[in-house]
Amino acid sequence: MTMASERSENFPIHDENPGPLLKVRDLRTTFTTPRGKLNAVDGVSFDLARGETLGIVGESGSGKTVLSRSIMSLLPRSGLEQSGSIEFEGIEMLSATPDVLRTLWGAKISMVFQDPMTSLNPVVRIGRQITESLRLHTGMDKTEANAMAVSLLTQVGIPSPEQRVRNYPHQLSGGMRQRVMIAIALACSPRLVLADEPTTSLDVTVQAQILDVLAKLQEERHMSVILVSHDLGVVATRTDRIAVMYGGRIVEIAPTDRLFRAMAMPYTKALVASTPRLSQPSHVRLTAIEGRPPDLVHLPKGCAFSPRCSYATDKCHSEVPPLTASRDNASHLFACWNPLPSTPVAITTTPGSSAS
Amino acid sequence: MSNIPTAADSIPALTGSSDIAKKKRFDVGLVFWIFTLWIAITVLAAIFASLLGLQDPNQGNYDILNQGPTTAHWFGTDDLGRDIFSRVIYGARVSLTVGFGALTIGMIIGGTLGMIAAYRRGPVDIIVSSASYVMLAFPALVAVIAIVAFWGHEIWKITIIIGVASIPLVFRVVRAATLSYATRDFVTAAKSQGATDWRIITKELFPNVLPAIISFYLIGVASVIILEGALAFLGLSVQPPTASWGNMISESRTYLSQNPWLVLFPSLAMVFFLVALNLIGDILRSTLDVQESQL
Repeated sequence: MTMASERSENFPIHDENPGPLLKVRDLRTTFTTPRGKLNAVDGVSFDLARGETLGIVGESGSGKTVLSRSIMSLLPRSGLEQSGSIEFEGIEMLSATPDVLRTLWGAKISMVFQDPMTSLNPVVRIGRQITESLRLHTGMDKTEANAMAVSLLTQVGIPSPEQRVRNYPHQLSGGMRQRVMIAIALACSPRLVLADEPTTSLDVTVQAQILDVLAKLQEERHMSVILVSHDLGVVATRTDRIAVMYGGRIVEIAPTDRLFRAMAMPYTKALVASTPRLSQPSHVRLTAIEGRPPDLVHLPKGCAFSPRCSYATDKCHSEVPPLTASRDNASHLFACWNPLPSTPVAITTTPGSSAS
Repeated sequence: MSNIPTAADSIPALTGSSDIAKKKRFDVGLVFWIFTLWIAITVLAAIFASLLGLQDPNQGNYDILNQGPTTAHWFGTDDLGRDIFSRVIYGARVSLTVGFGALTIGMIIGGTLGMIAAYRRGPVDIIVSSASYVMLAFPALVAVIAIVAFWGHEIWKITIIIGVASIPLVFRVVRAATLSYATRDFVTAAKSQGATDWRIITKELFPNVLPAIISFYLIGVASVIILEGALAFLGLSVQPPTASWGNMISESRTYLSQNPWLVLFPSLAMVFFLVALNLIGDILRSTLDVQESQL
């Protein structure tokens, strides 16, 4: 009795509802800080199809994490202002009551956190941390839930799972803990998994394994995944589409192969150029993007990237470019007054993505 | 894709070693067990005092007033010829009931409020915290004396009064301990799995705060026993002839120059018990903290 077959019977692919799983429209998330209003997410719109993997990339402070927590509606309420719309399977997340959200969290929409060192409860056995949401959402009894926990640990590739369910988090390595986190997040077969930098705190050798586990389970269960990362190498080979974020906005969004073939936004190019490559000669200074990420309280006038952009013109400094479709490809959108000519960029994947 | 388990198997760091699990986690040393034994003896003696075949603690004997320790009366006799050994053990009943009882009341109410306030923050926290500051601003001893003076001296009343007086202190300690966990990722993670607030407080936060609660409980019991002693010394605890460590010390101060044994034994009983409680609380706190640093 494997989980996958059992699940596909219990959770048939929702053909009766062919629309996108997640519709985000003009989402704005603002925090009130002592310095003023901080626009962490500033008018983001996108759709996510069922089974699709969307990568969200950007520097620190570009709003990736706030975006993913906004979609979850998991942000602390104090000093928070949100507008726009997040529609998940027809449910408006922004106006949903805590009771409605609780029935979605874990069951339909789930999250893998960045740091498995802190996202597991240090004094609770991992078995119970997995069975918790199973018992809550599926009404399984203790024995069934325990059997399921063992099966889940097997699926995420943890050896001798019968013993491991009785372990505490500090008895596991970082990679093992992240596998446990994935098991917890996927326990109830959610439709959407938000993975917020799931491999950032892990070894490069373990990164690929973790992403493989996630990809395998996604395929088996036909889930949608939003993979948030600062590392283009991580998302390059594991996503259907990539959204590049800068200053709280999506500045370029395109199918993955298209993005690397014909990136239009100078920021995307700079991001690719700053990815360290194995093919680079030793003792060469790494390429970095000049300047600093924008201050989200006082965004620069015009395009947020213009102060750091070598292609910037007067128009860039004064007018915000809208997110518009490329002339030759309707699924490729970018926000730039001076898009780059379509020249393919060869991306050498980092070791973290070589094992797929 | 199917090679994942084997990939994990082949990397020793991933498969880990279950020896860690067998490592002795509760290594607290001999001192801890000696003091625990002492507390156990005192508590058991107090509970089973009537079964120990002791002399009646309230029965005087005018032939043997103010005697030092003898074989018949190990701790000597007091100004009414009562056996001090027996009175110290019966006195422990009062001191310990008030001590453990009051702190249990304080823990249940103050601890629950502390965890809720630290987890919920916002208006709930502001209201309860302000209330605790108001209560803390009033000197506890004065408040307790005032209430005891008009409500009564029965042991259960004193327990309740001191228990209520301990709520704001317990609240502050538990709130502070919970606060450091309430913003951790595992709380958000539990929430993202659909756990209710109550579940997060009882199943995620409580086990983490428990070490702090246990050690503060023991130290708190010690403080309450001192407070009860102070009340008794002022004649505001249980009334004579019922013995408590505090009122034994209080009664004996008149005879201090003639019979110092009188004040010595109840004081020693109190000191040893309090030192034991404090040390155990301290050792427990530092031992249980080590687990945290292993993470």
